[in-house]
Amino acid sequence: MAELIRAAGISGASRAPQASCAALTALTACTALLGGCGHPGPQIETVRFWAMGREAEKVVQLLPDFERLHPQIHIEVQQLAWTAAHEKLLTAIAGDATPDICQLGNTWIPELVALHAIQPLQTWVTASQVVARDDYFPGVWQTNILDNVLYGVPWYVDTRLLYYRSDLLRAAGFDAPAQTWDEWRRQLQAIKHLVGPEHYAVLLPLNEFEPLQVMAYEQPEPMLREGNRYGNFRSASFRRALGFYHDLFAQSLAPPKTNTQISNVWNELGNGYFAFYISGPWNIAEFKRRLPPAQQGSWMTAPMPGPDGPGVSSVGGASLAIFNRSQHKSSAWALIEYLAQPAVQRRFYELTGDLPTRRSSWLVGAIATDPYTRAFRAQLERLRAFPQVPEWEQIMQAMSVMSERVVHGDQTVDQAVIALDAEVDAMLAKRRWMLDRQAKLSATHPAELPPGLPAKAATMP
Amino acid sequence: MSRSRAGWWFSAPALLLIAVFFLIPVLAALLLSFTDFDLYALADPANLRVVGLENYQVLLATPLFWKALGNTAVFVVLGVPLSLLASLAAALLVDSRLTRFKGLFRAALFAPVVTTLVAVALIWRYLLHTRYGLLNYLLMHLALPAIDWLGDPHWSMPAIVLLAVWKNFGYNMIILIAALQAIPEDLYEAARLEGAGSWARLRHITLPLLTPTLALVGILTVSGYFQLFAEPYVMTQGGPVQSTVSVLYFMFDQGFTWWKLGFASSVAFVMFALILLVTTFQLRLTRRVGQT
Repeated sequence: MAELIRAAGISGASRAPQASCAALTALTACTALLGGCGHPGPQIETVRFWAMGREAEKVVQLLPDFERLHPQIHIEVQQLAWTAAHEKLLTAIAGDATPDICQLGNTWIPELVALHAIQPLQTWVTASQVVARDDYFPGVWQTNILDNVLYGVPWYVDTRLLYYRSDLLRAAGFDAPAQTWDEWRRQLQAIKHLVGPEHYAVLLPLNEFEPLQVMAYEQPEPMLREGNRYGNFRSASFRRALGFYHDLFAQSLAPPKTNTQISNVWNELGNGYFAFYISGPWNIAEFKRRLPPAQQGSWMTAPMPGPDGPGVSSVGGASLAIFNRSQHKSSAWALIEYLAQPAVQRRFYELTGDLPTRRSSWLVGAIATDPYTRAFRAQLERLRAFPQVPEWEQIMQAMSVMSERVVHGDQTVDQAVIALDAEVDAMLAKRRWMLDRQAKLSATHPAELPPGLPAKAATMP
Repeated sequence: MSRSRAGWWFSAPALLLIAVFFLIPVLAALLLSFTDFDLYALADPANLRVVGLENYQVLLATPLFWKALGNTAVFVVLGVPLSLLASLAAALLVDSRLTRFKGLFRAALFAPVVTTLVAVALIWRYLLHTRYGLLNYLLMHLALPAIDWLGDPHWSMPAIVLLAVWKNFGYNMIILIAALQAIPEDLYEAARLEGAGSWARLRHITLPLLTPTLALVGILTVSGYFQLFAEPYVMTQGGPVQSTVSVLYFMFDQGFTWWKLGFASSVAFVMFALILLVTTFQLRLTRRVGQT
């Protein structure tokens, strides 16, 4: 009954979706109530859009313009908390209750593809006048492609780079932040020398895997091997990255602390408890807001240094994806296209501080003139996409625990990387089993698609 | 209609609810624990493998599980006696005839129980802060070295114990106050006439008469403390170096963060067996104490 009342209420506001309208006409008791049902009046399609946290809060301000352009579409935004979003999405998939379109953290895409939950988008992109692949930063576009199939359109992008105290760096005798690891270490040592034993040069929170992940990306060999079937943490590359990371703690350049122990990173950077911090674009607004006016001239951002020159960094952020079970795919695509326009991306940046994913969005406006985003613009050209396996987040958590053990001196670098490889190999055991089965199946029945791995056929509504 | 049939009819609604919402899910979970149900199996049942006891074998060979078990044991061994002592002490003080404003104290000491853990954890994180925390401020005044409560793997669990004891002692205190009030006043009067001091009265009247309640409270506390989860979840996220990962936290991570529901179910059943074992032992022990 509640369902009926809800449907009646919606149609009273002349927003009845076709499907529920048709279902209701069958119920003779209701036809009297729903006078408008048989009318040829405007059919409004409701598209359910799930978004997370602050993005959900702000994106509603962009929607009135979209609905003016597309009067037949109504967007219903549901806000999910970031911390609960992953569970909620998986539950929705298991319970057949997915929305039409969703904001997805781009590390979740492999998982949702494995679940057959989201729709390949290449056909729409090829036909689109707005979504121009070459205009997107290649590193972030890449995170949406699995086995050569595109599943999402990048909405905004995060990457990690250096926040630093320019006054402390200058006091230590350097004009500009380092571009190479050696130079960076020298700068950190000089700052440590300057600030004394109670303070540090850089904050690398032990419970965040991102700093070490970025350092591992600076190295040539990947972290997984043989088609992402096994861990490759014992490679010389990863050992070098871990060695560099560990050395920063061993020399007391970084405090061996987690971010729950540093109650307020912004004030602590202001206090000079540390002079460098690796973080994402959301902290630009935080530092502007939280540091006192007198200190506003004394912090800046800089791209990541690499072993022998400007370094790469990790890709984060979110994409927009359409669910397979959606009944409103073309309307959902219209929304994706609208949000992908450079002018709309710029407005979204002004509302949220989320960085646009297209080069042309960066050409004019506040984003082009803000000194703090300049380093991000440079870094976005040097991104390294993560290996696209659903287990990746779990692998990174295991890596973070391993690095914490090394920093605490419970394990040597050699012991740690071998133990981590064993742990990661166990996590990927099911993936190997499935890939082997797929290989066997395609050898015997080439036409049949094995279940559980990304279906390659793109279906249009 | 026979009496027993009537009895069944009356209890049928409750039994039905228990069957639907408890027995069937528990059975399903037991079956799940013999499979490798995970994300891939959610996508397609063809990816589900029946693995028999493999989950249990893998679990027993997982170092983190043993570490979590050890952490939980430390928490129970430190936390339960401390919690019972705190509850008993608070109950005796509040129930004492010398105490004024009993209602106020009872409410104040019970307040932590009904306060949201997340808010409490936020305050405790400041209390335990290495550089600005009240606890370390006090230690420094006593000329003791500052402790990195949430950063040092040796101190993180004691810090969680402190928080949990402070948060939970009020609940047992209320039960113990009720039991104290049930002890007849004339026993104390008779003892006083015989010349028994307050210590003797506590030892020979209060404690023996409280034993059944203490046993009950003890069993409830043990089974509750074994299920440690929320405190490390909000305070430390299991860190530093996994020193505050409890068995339940491990299960939550496996089941809901990584979606390995088959494996997580096996953790649940091992946990169930453990709690059953410990509380049965406790029950036996209190019975024996009661008999002697």
